[in-house]
Amino acid sequence: MSEKLGLLSIYKLLPQTNCGECGEANCMAFASRMLERSKLPQDCPPMVKQSRYKKNLEKLVAMIAPSIREVKIGSGERTVKIGGEEVLYRHQLSYHNQTAIAIDVSDNMTAEEIRSRCVATEKFSMIKMGQEMRLDMIAVRAASGEPERFASTVKLVNEGCSLPLMLCSTDPVSLRAALEVQGVCEKRPLLYAATKDNWKEVGELAQRYVCPVVASSPNNLDGLVSLASTLESMGLKDIVLDPGTLVEGGLLKETVNNLVMLRRSGLLKEKALGYPLLCIPAVVWATAEMADPVVTAYRESYIASLLVNRYADIIVMHSLDIWAVLPVATLRQAIYTDPRKPVSVESGVKEIGTVNGSSPVLVTTNFALTYYTVMNDIEASGVNCYLIVADTEGLAVEVGVAGGQFNATKINDVLGASSIAGKLNHKRMVIPGRAARLKGDIEDTTGWEAMIGPQDSSEIGGFIKKHWDAPK
Amino acid sequence: MGEESESTNLVKNLLKVVQELGEIEIDNVTLDVEQLELIIQPIVSSIMSGARPLPQLQAQSSKQAQIQQLLEAKYATPLEQYPGRVVEVQLGATRSEGGSRGSIVKIGGARTMPFYSFEAENPNRPAFAMDIFDMPLSLAKMVKMHYEDVMTDPAAWAKRCVEFGADIVSLNLISTDPLLNDTSPQTAAKTVEQVLQAVDVPIIIGGSGNKQKDPIVLEAAAAAAAGERILLNSANTDNDHKRIVEAANKYGHSVVAFTPMDVNNAKKLNKTLLSEGLPKDHIVIDPTTAALGYGIDYTISIMERIKLAGLLGDEDLQMPVLAPASNAWGAREAWMKNEDIGPRELRGPLWETITLLTAMLAGGDLFMISHPATTRVAKGLVQDLLGNSAKGGVVEDWVTALG
Repeated sequence: MSEKLGLLSIYKLLPQTNCGECGEANCMAFASRMLERSKLPQDCPPMVKQSRYKKNLEKLVAMIAPSIREVKIGSGERTVKIGGEEVLYRHQLSYHNQTAIAIDVSDNMTAEEIRSRCVATEKFSMIKMGQEMRLDMIAVRAASGEPERFASTVKLVNEGCSLPLMLCSTDPVSLRAALEVQGVCEKRPLLYAATKDNWKEVGELAQRYVCPVVASSPNNLDGLVSLASTLESMGLKDIVLDPGTLVEGGLLKETVNNLVMLRRSGLLKEKALGYPLLCIPAVVWATAEMADPVVTAYRESYIASLLVNRYADIIVMHSLDIWAVLPVATLRQAIYTDPRKPVSVESGVKEIGTVNGSSPVLVTTNFALTYYTVMNDIEASGVNCYLIVADTEGLAVEVGVAGGQFNATKINDVLGASSIAGKLNHKRMVIPGRAARLKGDIEDTTGWEAMIGPQDSSEIGGFIKKHWDAPK
Repeated sequence: MGEESESTNLVKNLLKVVQELGEIEIDNVTLDVEQLELIIQPIVSSIMSGARPLPQLQAQSSKQAQIQQLLEAKYATPLEQYPGRVVEVQLGATRSEGGSRGSIVKIGGARTMPFYSFEAENPNRPAFAMDIFDMPLSLAKMVKMHYEDVMTDPAAWAKRCVEFGADIVSLNLISTDPLLNDTSPQTAAKTVEQVLQAVDVPIIIGGSGNKQKDPIVLEAAAAAAAGERILLNSANTDNDHKRIVEAANKYGHSVVAFTPMDVNNAKKLNKTLLSEGLPKDHIVIDPTTAALGYGIDYTISIMERIKLAGLLGDEDLQMPVLAPASNAWGAREAWMKNEDIGPRELRGPLWETITLLTAMLAGGDLFMISHPATTRVAKGLVQDLLGNSAKGGVVEDWVTALG
């Protein structure tokens, strides 16, 4: 998508019949959806069905293609999509496809170790802000130097795990042996890597087996453009760039600079650079002086976070320690959250701790940040209570009150939709201090008493202790 | 018993982490069990339908087979020109400057985004302040264990922070809160004097957050630290910022302009402070630092927008940015005991470290830190990002080098 892409240039290519089949009110509305990337040209049924629109459809697809190519790795439900990026800073639009996290295994590991690492990677799942955080890929390293051994490791991994694979070897013979394993090439593994020495053979493998391929040129950007251009001219389209992850010897500076420069060049549509970027924080395990596994995992975690902050589209990690992986996955989720949408949680009534008929009832909004902060504060204070989460369209208390999204009706809706009233021997709720002016309205609308709570949820514990006496 | 020895081992591991990054001794570590659990739900896999691509082998076209050599190419570095520049703010004053600091810290001065050294060299490295308080308070266990023996003595606490590598000490006069000890401004000013005598690094003085009391307390602190170029924390839209500005100007200090998560409000407050006579190079912006996982995405975007606006010439946003990374300790992942997500002895400082580095890459210039490991890691990381650390070698082939 070029910087100058405008609403009108998209609109001109649409049927302009305002048929509404796409679900939008008219073609202009559909065009604006496309501009903000919530709709694709293929979402216009007439354009897909009628041959007279075929040319315009192709033009539109090309026009809205992202500056950084979207590359798919793997197949089936765990397919990984990376790239598709459009902006240097997330507030300019939104980042698009989350950084994929790959965990490595080596053909020098025992079968048992390989299996357990694969299972742990595939099964990893945590809920944060109502979304699932997962790990995405297995990077299989050819460390033994024996093609047969590498192939049998790839076979073991592929049979026991549905995650997409990254096949790591600079030896074309080893890569080929792995690609020949039953069922591997059908799953579109990422080939790591084509280099200045093996590009011809590895490029041919990527062509022959129809796989995405990494162009690797550590800390040499001339070499990287050269390599990527060559792969392009071989007809390859799904390319990933590896500018090298150098963390020692004063080279972390270059690594970070290279990532920023490459993303900027890619967004400027420089030749052969509009591709996703790959980083290997796992390299910290290769340096001798970092022998202590705790220290090394700690370092890998913050180096990985640094790279996720600086445009890495895939990272390969070695540590599977939950404490080291969790902050990286959390950061990734945060960075790739769409800044245009307030994040919201489901509205309704939550029970916190052990509740009974005389438990306090508190009220908050469905803005995720507010909600989780309030939950955190209530739990930390040890208060057992009900929490009414009103649908304020994902806005915080103060903004919601000012804008009218947080109002008495929204609270009444939650009360009506739940069975909470029947569980209680009182009709009294504590509303946020910042929503104090809604007190009268809430009391009139719900028939409940509304107590004005503290300004900040950190004071909930003290407030309840002081002001909530069990009602008669 | 098993619990105890396991915890002791974890602390030993953490000590290794800390020691690896600069020798630090920590004594008298105690751990107890807290019965709090983080709820982590296992989940049913989500559904993503997708057609399986057909396995197919493509014959090479004759044209493609003709490529026999790498195409030659040159990388062209994409450079941006920024008309604006972030102002430089000096914290601390030496004897010759009318203060008594042994070292001063300059922040800001940026000509480009953080660590974009391919484009321009920013003159000052990020600076790291460590938090202390004028009364014992409830802190995350992993933080508290480093200060337990000095929490009743702010001077000793300040010294401890300097031993941990703090560039700056950030003293928070929380006991002045009418709901806590309601310490008088005069008594609070005495604490400021004690800390100034105990350490010779620059200091930041924070109030209790009480909007009536803070301006009076900061005024007294400003008088007690006359000439020391301290940083008063903070002026905000709710308090009598005019009084704080007057005190800062009278005694030669700088002021933090705090706003909660809003670029436009940050700009407005800066405008106000400037109109009240505070020089531009005496303002530090605190646009709010949310913890990793608790709104850090907002912090990233707000800091990036402030920094870019300043570089592009917005005069009201050309001040350096303060990021209290110690807010990370509010995240349950940092402090809560929950073996399902690993030992908090490691999680806690790591959470603070990653919160800090994220804010640093987004545009933070000055940081507040609670845990010594964060300070050590952050200082080392900055040296790496500036290319100043030559230790270690290049890994030639990670694929085989990892074994």
